[in-house]
Amino acid sequence: MSDNRTGNGTSRRAFLRGAAAAGAGALSATAAKAQSPDPLITEVQPWAQEFGDGVDATPYGLPIEHEGDVIRRNVEWLTADTVSSINFTPIHALDGTITPQGCAFERHHSGAIDLRKEDYRLMLNGLVDTPMVFSYADLERFPRENHVYFCECAANTGMEWAGAQLNGAQFTHGMIHNMEYTGVPLRTLLEEAGLDTAGDLKNKWIFVEGADASSNGRSIPMEKALDDCLIAFKANGEALRKEHGYPVRLVVPGWEGNMWVKWIRRIEVMDGPVESREETSKYTDVLENGIARKWTWAMDAKSVVTSPSPQAPITHGKGPLVITGLAWSGRGAITRVDVSKDGGMTWETARLAKPGEKMALTRFYLDTEWDGSEMILQSRAMDDTGYIQPTKAQLREVRGLNSIYHNNCIQTWLVRSNGEAENVEVS
Amino acid sequence: MSKFLKSTALAGALALTAVPALAEKFGLGRAALPDEIAAWDGDIRPDGTGLPVGSGDALIGEEIFATQCAACHGDFAEGIDNWPKLAGGADTLDHEDPLKTVGSYWPYLSTAFDYIKRSMPYGNAGTLSDDDVYSIVAYILYSNDLIEDDFVLSNESFFDVDMPNADGFILDNRAETEYSKWTGEPCMENCKSEVKVTMRARVLDVTPQEETAVADSEEAQPVEVAATSAAAPAEETAAVETVAAFDADLAEKGEKVFKKCKSCHQLGAGAKNRTGPILTGIVGQAAGAVEGFKYSKPMQAAGKDGLLWTEGELAAFLAKPKKYMKGTKMSFAGLKKEADQAAVIEYLKSVTE
Repeated sequence: MSDNRTGNGTSRRAFLRGAAAAGAGALSATAAKAQSPDPLITEVQPWAQEFGDGVDATPYGLPIEHEGDVIRRNVEWLTADTVSSINFTPIHALDGTITPQGCAFERHHSGAIDLRKEDYRLMLNGLVDTPMVFSYADLERFPRENHVYFCECAANTGMEWAGAQLNGAQFTHGMIHNMEYTGVPLRTLLEEAGLDTAGDLKNKWIFVEGADASSNGRSIPMEKALDDCLIAFKANGEALRKEHGYPVRLVVPGWEGNMWVKWIRRIEVMDGPVESREETSKYTDVLENGIARKWTWAMDAKSVVTSPSPQAPITHGKGPLVITGLAWSGRGAITRVDVSKDGGMTWETARLAKPGEKMALTRFYLDTEWDGSEMILQSRAMDDTGYIQPTKAQLREVRGLNSIYHNNCIQTWLVRSNGEAENVEVS
Repeated sequence: MSKFLKSTALAGALALTAVPALAEKFGLGRAALPDEIAAWDGDIRPDGTGLPVGSGDALIGEEIFATQCAACHGDFAEGIDNWPKLAGGADTLDHEDPLKTVGSYWPYLSTAFDYIKRSMPYGNAGTLSDDDVYSIVAYILYSNDLIEDDFVLSNESFFDVDMPNADGFILDNRAETEYSKWTGEPCMENCKSEVKVTMRARVLDVTPQEETAVADSEEAQPVEVAATSAAAPAEETAAVETVAAFDADLAEKGEKVFKKCKSCHQLGAGAKNRTGPILTGIVGQAAGAVEGFKYSKPMQAAGKDGLLWTEGELAAFLAKPKKYMKGTKMSFAGLKKEADQAAVIEYLKSVTE
């Protein structure tokens, strides 16, 4: 453990502290000596005697039933109907950075549709040299790339603007997932249709829409479209799930999830934005004076401690404790995450599991020693633009209380001496 | 002719200069046909690009709204339960909890036409005629006191309407107002003199309980199965009896009436619970009994008390749902005509699978 810490560049002081803690832990472990032999060891268990399942028992597997509580959850009072609603990734129970598709949050505007690859068509029209139609099979013949990106709904943490509301990292921060996408750069397809007709590309836009009943149309500046957008058809190595836009979705790295149009069916090159419902009446940020910001596409740097947290209390008592969480930035790579146990009075720099990658989730750990006293846990992310994740008070000072979207404030968990945690706000 | 030559020469020159900047083409896909583009390219822009020729007014709009929109948005566009409110909210944007409606918030009227035409009515998208959409938009404007009831909204009069919040938006200015402040070397020690908890989530207690979720997933487990299997045989025989006796002509009329129900209810093969429960075999069935649908408390209670959807009970419910059952989730205004009630019940009887 101590080797890992020094290997990742934390200070010598931290190393010493860690070593001291490990020593203390060893002592308390001796104290917890077993009173009687453990029957799980001394008695032959059925799984050690009989057969388990044969191959093909599950042609496509789900997690073992003991993990049955690690599932997406919905907050019913948020929306009127599940076909135009959202649920939440169980981030409190996951580790690493890749989100399994089966528990990655869903957001639909008129339900997840059933669209076969054979019935899939992608149209490019508007200011292109030749309006084009591509089939799924056509898309598979363009050179493709792999990239890991997070997708965060602009409303993630939105319920927390006016105060601490939901008790669980899943509910406060679970409108996010992080997958490895395989797809064709949008640039390739735009160039295949030809952009001469569009002339100067600086003031041009694309409008993208889905094949579902809502169509969820959004306008995207041409600069972004040509930069890093992907027409994706695989995630984490397998086909996209129905709920994530099977067979093809748009990936708009670092930008709000609503722009990642699922079941994408049409891309129109234009000389201005459509100003659709989703980019005027929704996903705009009302400031205190009633004026609203629009085109706030990039998701700013943000982090959250996923464990311990209200759904993941400390159950082991005092001693060695792993504090862990996720950090991300839509404007670059995470360079550092600090953790505070006292509500922001003092901070320690956490260990990043891997160096941060651009517009992808970063896992952080603070391997620590818990003395069993109350903690007010916070995490604070920094990205490679030099940006520091703000406190809720800092955000409110600029934006007021009515913004709903784009809340990237520092989250606070009050961890009691019994290990239970609660979502709180602090002075 | 000479003009044609000139323009092709020009196009050639442009293509040449552009070539170095462009990647080579793969020759994949095919050219889109004009009819295909016309079928999918329906977006309407703030300057009116894409607006179809047509017209409508608030009086016609009110009638269409009542049947197509009011089930969710309310008769006066005031919104039912959690469904969007489309009217009101004037001058609330700088208040606590601003009410953002087409009238109070939307900067462009084109957005309303664009959205309604492509994505509404909910559950039956893209079925409104252009004139219907003009009428509905006019009714929404009227509900927001933005036009008089004799104003005819058309592609020509579209820009005579002033949107109150047209100037209410600024472009993303985080770079100046936020990024420049929240940067540098963050404080690590003695950052505050004290920390007090100022608010706790438990006070509000709006978090879904894990126990509830577990209970939900157990619905298909033995306990519930035992409860429903006892009731099942009776329902089946009831269904068989009624199915045998339905009037095909009346059922056909009922199918047309059922369009009013379609945005919330499905029936027949592949039906799913939507805003409302599946209605396959509902006639003669116990109330509140469709598996997997979350009923209102009064409906659950009525089911437990033994309410059966006989034709008489169904007709009474359909006539005035809210009056028949206070607290029902069904926000439908009701079928006033007895003939419509009878027809739709006959149609419900006719669809068995």
